[in-house]
Amino acid sequence: MTWETVIGLEIHSQLKTKSKIFSGASTAFGATANTQACAVDLGYPGVLPVLNQEAVKMALSFGLSVNATINKNSIFARKNYFYPDLPKGYQISQFEIPIVGNGVIDISLENGENKLVGITRAHLEEDAGKSIHDMYDEFTAIDLNRAGTPLLEIVSEPDMSSAKEAVAYAKKIHALVQYIDICDGNMQEGSFRCDANVSVRKHGDKLGTRAELKNINSFKFLEKAINLEVERQIDILEEGGSVVQETRLYDSIKNETRSMRSKEEANDYRYFPDPDLLPVAVSEELLLEIKKSLPELPTEKKLRFVEQLGLSSYDAEILTSQKEVADYFEAVINKGADAKLSANWVMGELSAALNKNQVEINDSPIPSNELFVLISRITDNTISGKIAKDVFKLMWEGNGSVDEIIEKQGLKQMTDSSALESIIDDIISNNLDQVKQYKDGNSKLLGFFVGQVMKATQGKANPKQVNQILNEKLS
Amino acid sequence: MMHNLTIAEQIKGLKNRDFSSLELTQHYLNRIDDSKLNAFISVTSEQAITQAKLADSILAKGNATSLTGIPYAHKDIFCTKGVKTSAGSKMLDSFISPYDATLSEKLNSQNMVMLGKTNMDEFAMGSSNENSYYGPVKNPWDTKKVPGGSSGGSAAAVASHISPFATGTDTGGSIRQPASLCGITGLKPTYGRISRYGMIAYASSLDQAGPMTRTAEDSAIILNAMAGFDTKDSTSANKLVPDYTKNLSKSLKGLKIGLPKEYFSEGLDKGVEKVVMKAINDYESMGAEIIEVSLPNSIHAIPAYYIVAPCECSSNLSRFDGVRYGYRCDDPKDLNDLYLRSRSEGFGDEVKRRIMIGAYALSAGYYDAYYLKAQKVRQLISEDFKKVFKEVDVVMGPVSPTAAFDLGSVKDPVSMYLADIYTLSVNLAGLPGMSIPAGFSDNLPVGLQLIGDHWSEELLLNTAHQFQLKTDWHHLSPVD
Repeated sequence: MTWETVIGLEIHSQLKTKSKIFSGASTAFGATANTQACAVDLGYPGVLPVLNQEAVKMALSFGLSVNATINKNSIFARKNYFYPDLPKGYQISQFEIPIVGNGVIDISLENGENKLVGITRAHLEEDAGKSIHDMYDEFTAIDLNRAGTPLLEIVSEPDMSSAKEAVAYAKKIHALVQYIDICDGNMQEGSFRCDANVSVRKHGDKLGTRAELKNINSFKFLEKAINLEVERQIDILEEGGSVVQETRLYDSIKNETRSMRSKEEANDYRYFPDPDLLPVAVSEELLLEIKKSLPELPTEKKLRFVEQLGLSSYDAEILTSQKEVADYFEAVINKGADAKLSANWVMGELSAALNKNQVEINDSPIPSNELFVLISRITDNTISGKIAKDVFKLMWEGNGSVDEIIEKQGLKQMTDSSALESIIDDIISNNLDQVKQYKDGNSKLLGFFVGQVMKATQGKANPKQVNQILNEKLS
Repeated sequence: MMHNLTIAEQIKGLKNRDFSSLELTQHYLNRIDDSKLNAFISVTSEQAITQAKLADSILAKGNATSLTGIPYAHKDIFCTKGVKTSAGSKMLDSFISPYDATLSEKLNSQNMVMLGKTNMDEFAMGSSNENSYYGPVKNPWDTKKVPGGSSGGSAAAVASHISPFATGTDTGGSIRQPASLCGITGLKPTYGRISRYGMIAYASSLDQAGPMTRTAEDSAIILNAMAGFDTKDSTSANKLVPDYTKNLSKSLKGLKIGLPKEYFSEGLDKGVEKVVMKAINDYESMGAEIIEVSLPNSIHAIPAYYIVAPCECSSNLSRFDGVRYGYRCDDPKDLNDLYLRSRSEGFGDEVKRRIMIGAYALSAGYYDAYYLKAQKVRQLISEDFKKVFKEVDVVMGPVSPTAAFDLGSVKDPVSMYLADIYTLSVNLAGLPGMSIPAGFSDNLPVGLQLIGDHWSEELLLNTAHQFQLKTDWHHLSPVD
């Protein structure tokens, strides 16, 4: 019996505004508890919210980036529930009319195909504070620094059919919000959080009962949590049971999901329009202004890499999947390095070294200008591609710049053809048997001669030149 | 006696050095001390004396504004930095506000002198001031009677001349009804005219602050100081503030006054009706034209109001949870117990009743039938007024169906809600409204209600002032 998985994601993306969504308090992360919460954030009697227009602009940037409908008059509503880290007893969010309506985003699947994922809506809301349960034995500590931080909640259609697709979608949104500079994307600090709605059904059936998975703070955990949940639901159904609609918490340490609350236990949030805030009016002028200020989006960039730089679609996808990677790559080629060669180096040696050492590209010990020099030394025949890999390794380990290393280690390619010719003459005279076989038609032996020359020159000979001289002398 | 002077006269007195702000302030503080009306929750004598001395030095230097050194009483719903701000509730009995409401700041910026914070129905919910944690205020005309509510302390303070004026707030009649019952002039401006920042919210879409004075001229003077756009209140109007004293003396010849027939039906006390009709006749004799109009949806005002206001208050009052400030129950067992007991013990019955009504009306499955329906009714009520204001300039009628009633006499909450039958529509439509002293019924004052179109405060004040030039009800006082 085969089961079909249906996944929709709700992504909470913390917006990069300097101040909070409804107050002037700072949103900076990591300050001493409760030092970045003003009377408004603390829900003091009599205070009123005032909407931060930067947050509106950021939401609109997102909406325009996913070709979404923009609601010209969206409404803030109060979501009422009691919790100590929610000072007012309600969260100001958007309910019936969100600022961003239906949109769509293109994701790349592992098999190289593309898939369109629908975006149901994206709405502005304020974050709650933090409850810290493990600080004191008998008390819960509350830090309200985060209370009132602007969030854009991006809700997808249930268009994903595997954990991998869900991850691809989440990564795409993650890249997009960083491209348009509305979110720092830091998942550890909670700037980008995913909740997954997961259900399974038999092919052709209507949607199954879903469970909402919460507390997922990495793409790896997203994939694991979804797979666990799919397995759990299939097991239940195959044993003749039924899935209960509930919210489940993912525990990354135990690698399990567990029930947090059932549908029956869910709050009745008693949403109603917030009378303290006017509808958010979006003018055509503002939309136009934002449209103009949008940077090149990943999809556009990818297309340009293919069309103008001649990269393969696959390479262009990888290079544009993270803004920092694309920025790095473009910094290398903007200095004049060959695009294809640069792409190979960024996706090859550099990515491998970054992954191996768990370093982010922005913290790479080899900055883009050094990689540019390295690639230039290959194309100007100073060193071979093979030697370049050694230089890269030495650079990574902090042994100096490209040119210093080439100089110090004497890695400069031999360009003196007369010296090379005499070396080649020696090799020919010492290997007459092989010369004969080669001339009899065993053309594979050319490699043998090249190897001998490289050995004799410690790899410093220019392979192209070696080939050329060998061809002349052996014919 | 200084306390019989209007604000306009006190401004002159201070300017002419007939008396100092300190003398004036001390005089009022002594009167407050002697008063038995329970009009104040807090009397801020020390601060008042400091402010008065400062005001005197500013007056001496000659860089005073017109209101520098004028004392006032502040409804205890406005946050005042460093001063207890209770909203008449046990919940906030221990609450010292860490900040000033915009209105408090505005009055401070003119170096006015705050005498104290006035008593009120808890969180402004009530029409008799009997819902105060600090006990009821007594009506200065008859201490067995209620002063009206929720700004009962403010009304009684002004009527008994223990403060030259007081601030009030009006969500469903809370300025106009106590003004009527205490025989003073009360103005509820257009929604958005005065900042709500720092005014503890009852029903955000209806709440509006306003002046409570003895005369319309004083109301104009004080409204000048209170009105204006505030970046901290998104619902405040970014609209020019005219000088409200400028057009007070315009003739009312040709003024079209509308009398809604629905405001003169059964339920209106005959004595009150007589006073109101006499006042209307006075206007007619001043050259105004009287036209009967209809506000057909006003019969729905009470049910609509008692959905909208409780819905908003159920959410506005959620912040009073015993966690960060205000009342907290003893030894909470767990979080739920903390919430349950802090709120059960900290709120009074009427507040709890309205929170329950509101939470119910907003809950899943009832929202459309109650909240949305009430909003539609609200729209209809607005449209009624819109139509009427195409025909007339000002609408007039009673403020309250009766004069002041006996303390403790109205026990059923729904009967109490009927006291607001003529005032609620104005809040639902966001219009300005006034109550001015118009006479007496059984020795108790009766107010006349003036309702104008949006932003017509100038016309209302002019209309009221002209009446006060011809009558002296506003000068009659229960004290010597």
